[in-house]
Amino acid sequence: MDSDDESLLESLLSGEHRALARVISKIENRSPGYRDLVSQLYAHTGNADVIGITGSPGAGKSTLVDKLAEAYRDRGETVGIIAIDPSSPFTGGAVLGDRIRMASTVGDMDVFVRSMSARGTLGGLSTATADAVKAMDAFGKDKIIVETVGAGQNEIDIVRTADSVAVLVPPGSGDDIQTLKAGILEIADIFVVNKADRDGADRTVQELREMVHIGEESGIGGGHHGVDTGLDGSDAVEDDAAGSDEGWTPPIVETVATKGTGVEAFIDELTTHRAYLVDSGARAEKVRTRYAEEIRTLLREDVHTMLEDELAESGGIDDLAEAVRQGETDPYSIATDVLAPVEACLENVETDASEDTDTE
Amino acid sequence: MSSEQDAESIRCLVAKVGLDGHDRGAHVIARAFRDAGFEVIYSGLHKSPDEIVQAAVQEDVDVLGISILSGAHDTLVPKIMNGLEEYGAKDDTLVLAGGVIPDEDREGLLDDGVAAIFGPGTSIEETIDFVRENAPQR
Repeated sequence: MDSDDESLLESLLSGEHRALARVISKIENRSPGYRDLVSQLYAHTGNADVIGITGSPGAGKSTLVDKLAEAYRDRGETVGIIAIDPSSPFTGGAVLGDRIRMASTVGDMDVFVRSMSARGTLGGLSTATADAVKAMDAFGKDKIIVETVGAGQNEIDIVRTADSVAVLVPPGSGDDIQTLKAGILEIADIFVVNKADRDGADRTVQELREMVHIGEESGIGGGHHGVDTGLDGSDAVEDDAAGSDEGWTPPIVETVATKGTGVEAFIDELTTHRAYLVDSGARAEKVRTRYAEEIRTLLREDVHTMLEDELAESGGIDDLAEAVRQGETDPYSIATDVLAPVEACLENVETDASEDTDTE
Repeated sequence: MSSEQDAESIRCLVAKVGLDGHDRGAHVIARAFRDAGFEVIYSGLHKSPDEIVQAAVQEDVDVLGISILSGAHDTLVPKIMNGLEEYGAKDDTLVLAGGVIPDEDREGLLDDGVAAIFGPGTSIEETIDFVRENAPQR
């Protein structure tokens, strides 16, 4: 790490807001040296509660996050917020508008709001988000809220960086078959029916309750976090937690975020979930799963970058694409050709590694 | 490395400060910046200088575009510049002003550290080109 980064890290750890902002930019930009910086952050993390909030556009996420932050501030806790908005697939540009709705806490620097756009692909956003959470955690934020639109798998990855995930469901968001579909509802630790003063709220609560109930009976559905951890630990706690938050039934909270109604109840449920995670040992497993995922994503990204560079050096992907268009070859053959030397290398690495262990 | 270059993006805060309640122009700019591939954070209406400074620092923006129609630029803009300086953010933030700003007030704003003033009739392309050419290299 060069001396600039070292002093940046020092400033961040000593609580300078601009240093935190700058570190997050470096993370987002993948600036040279950002990796060393993030590696150094890990030693200072682990103290923050990370809360994920997701839901369809217009569900009221930003407003609820604003009220949540206000309530935490009233309790004397510091808050970091990461608000993620989509970026244009064509220009890469984005309008990040969530800040507008976070009006209760403006002027209070201890609420640190950072907008991120979905720039980059292939897990880049979830890596950047996870790293930005690390930066806020190391900075000393007590609560870190990650807010994203729940539109696809990418967002599900992102909220997984959180200890507790709240899914906002606005009233009248479809018939009950929607609640059976896979995806966003499955990741909820807590359901929030926001805009609960609207028509149809009772029905939405009822449908969610049924879904959670069915999930409980069959062991699938609501609150199921079925992630293949790929870890070989075999203690009972892990089996329990890897299957789901078994023993955790996602509660359903009703809120009217614009008025602040139900926010206290929501916080209580977050606290309860947190306590449950710690007491049941599920937290340890969750953290382990998260790190496993981080390692995988990093490896995937790195290999991808290496290959892109390799392709660029050998004339770029456009020529290859053109060759496919001309009918001279096909994507599968190209992939096999490009990867052949990599495969050969990996075989060598394996031999080296096993030789190393032999000699030890 | 290709993917690293792709990750760079110019970040802008488009800010409405003070009492004027008209932000059509700010919306047009925000949209145009987005289409130019910038990341735009819009502040919303009726923000105080402190709030703008807070947003600019936390979001670590390269560019701060202040839109003022109310005529209060002489009091509000210096407050923002001072706030940026307090956080050590004044030197490497490109500050632009737009809206209704009389000719005789321009020099004062430029002295305060505003990089350029884009009055009514400025083409969007001109503004975007200016940002591309002058956004700070960090």
